[in-house]
Amino acid sequence: MMKLGRPSWLQTRDAARSAGGLVLLVLAWDLALYLSAAPLLPRPWQVVLGLAELLTRGVLLKHIAASLFRVTWGFLLAVGLAIPLGFALGWNARAGRALGPFVQFLRPISPLAWIPIAILWFGVGDPPAVFIIFLASLTPLVLTAMNAVRNVPAVYVNAGQNFGLGTRELFLRILLPASLPDLLAGLRLTLGIAWLVVVAAEMIAVNSGLGFLIVDSRNAGNRYDLVVAGMVLIGLIGLLLDWTISRLARGFLRGRDMIGDTP
Amino acid sequence: MSSVATARLLPAEETTPAPCADTRPVKLRVTGVSVSFRMEGVQRTVLEGINLECREGEFICLLGPSGCGKSTLLNVIGGFLTPTQGQVLIDGQPVTGPDPRRIFVFQERGVFPWLTVEGNIGFGLQHLPAEQRRQRIAHYVEMVGLRGFERAYPSELSGGMKQRLEVARALAVNPDMLYLDESFGALDYITRHTMRRELLRLWTTEKKTILFVTHDIDESVQLADRVVVMSARPGRIQRVVDIDLPHPRDISAPRYLQYRDELLDELGVAHKV
Repeated sequence: MMKLGRPSWLQTRDAARSAGGLVLLVLAWDLALYLSAAPLLPRPWQVVLGLAELLTRGVLLKHIAASLFRVTWGFLLAVGLAIPLGFALGWNARAGRALGPFVQFLRPISPLAWIPIAILWFGVGDPPAVFIIFLASLTPLVLTAMNAVRNVPAVYVNAGQNFGLGTRELFLRILLPASLPDLLAGLRLTLGIAWLVVVAAEMIAVNSGLGFLIVDSRNAGNRYDLVVAGMVLIGLIGLLLDWTISRLARGFLRGRDMIGDTP
Repeated sequence: MSSVATARLLPAEETTPAPCADTRPVKLRVTGVSVSFRMEGVQRTVLEGINLECREGEFICLLGPSGCGKSTLLNVIGGFLTPTQGQVLIDGQPVTGPDPRRIFVFQERGVFPWLTVEGNIGFGLQHLPAEQRRQRIAHYVEMVGLRGFERAYPSELSGGMKQRLEVARALAVNPDMLYLDESFGALDYITRHTMRRELLRLWTTEKKTILFVTHDIDESVQLADRVVVMSARPGRIQRVVDIDLPHPRDISAPRYLQYRDELLDELGVAHKV
């Protein structure tokens, strides 16, 4: 049951196909605008020029850094609170029954609905944006951790107790490693949500970040080339974040056969 | 066999003293254990009035059809389940929970997929100094024939290797009792056969008391000093059969086959397919 990597020529072929798809998409975009001559919407090369302009003006990296800063803090704070909380709720049936419905109740409320309250509590600038990211990440992470612990096969918990582990050790040596695959999948999904939300949050209470760039470019003279440049950046960075976390996850789970070993 | 009646009669010259003459101290004493719980509004009795005694170093098989409560009994003895009535004493002390001195071996699915072979075997040895720990791990890796696989993860091992790994993890903490719950049930015929021989070898060298749950008549006759036959719904001890055969046991010998027939009759299994 050794795992064999895909041969390199197949990887090259896959990469070529992805690149080819992208090129076709950009060509279709350009062709559509050429034929329809829609006003204001930028052609691909105009977007590239827009990106270059942002770079030379020195604001590109500033906006990216601002967005990444907010998403990092909001996400990490949520992880720090949600994982222990979710573990406790998943492990202790009584606590789960008491607080579970509350978490489910919070879930359908869009994090953006919290913006007025975030501004009320934290004013303007980074704190309300970080708070929104934190909230958006919190509920999915709590639910992830809760379910991950509940899905740990009883046989592992029994074995751990049989070897004389106390509660703390049981968490560290059994529940955490046993639920790691589920946890990492949840972290990956939630990071996507956090990135989705940071941009929306930045359209309101701040004056930096990629969300701000988009709104500001429209307000300052309908610069739709910069609007689309901002969108392209968001997509690229989102892709990069997802790739990074899935790479990290694979590193953590090395040697573990996810399908074969979960009874 | 000409008839069942003669098959049950064992040759007189090979009879051994009755079990009450056993002078080994009593390791385990189960008295009046019953387990029942409500399921879909109905009170179900899984085990009723179980009395069982097991001496130090004995190898006992709990044999019965599926659903007879033999696994439940093992879980009660292991401290994972509190009985509704009765009590379990080990070395004269009541069992209140799982204990590292008595390790439960599940089917091979009990090994931890996030740890290597070494990590699994060393799981219960955290309290030892590193060097001693390393030696213990190496000893048991060797004993269960996993040399060369120390750094492998369970996903890279076959079913039989995983089962040996779990037995090694249990033995490494030097328990005085082993509980095996249909531990070889998921293995193929040949591997199962090898595993039984390995287990008997470990039992003789390490002097453990072993409780082994199985629904396999052959397995019980090959392994046990005594076979505890259980009946289903509610689970009761129907009969205890002493298997008075020296190891290694010849599984084609007439006496082996007589025990086998006896247990087939006891479980009400037809001799013809």
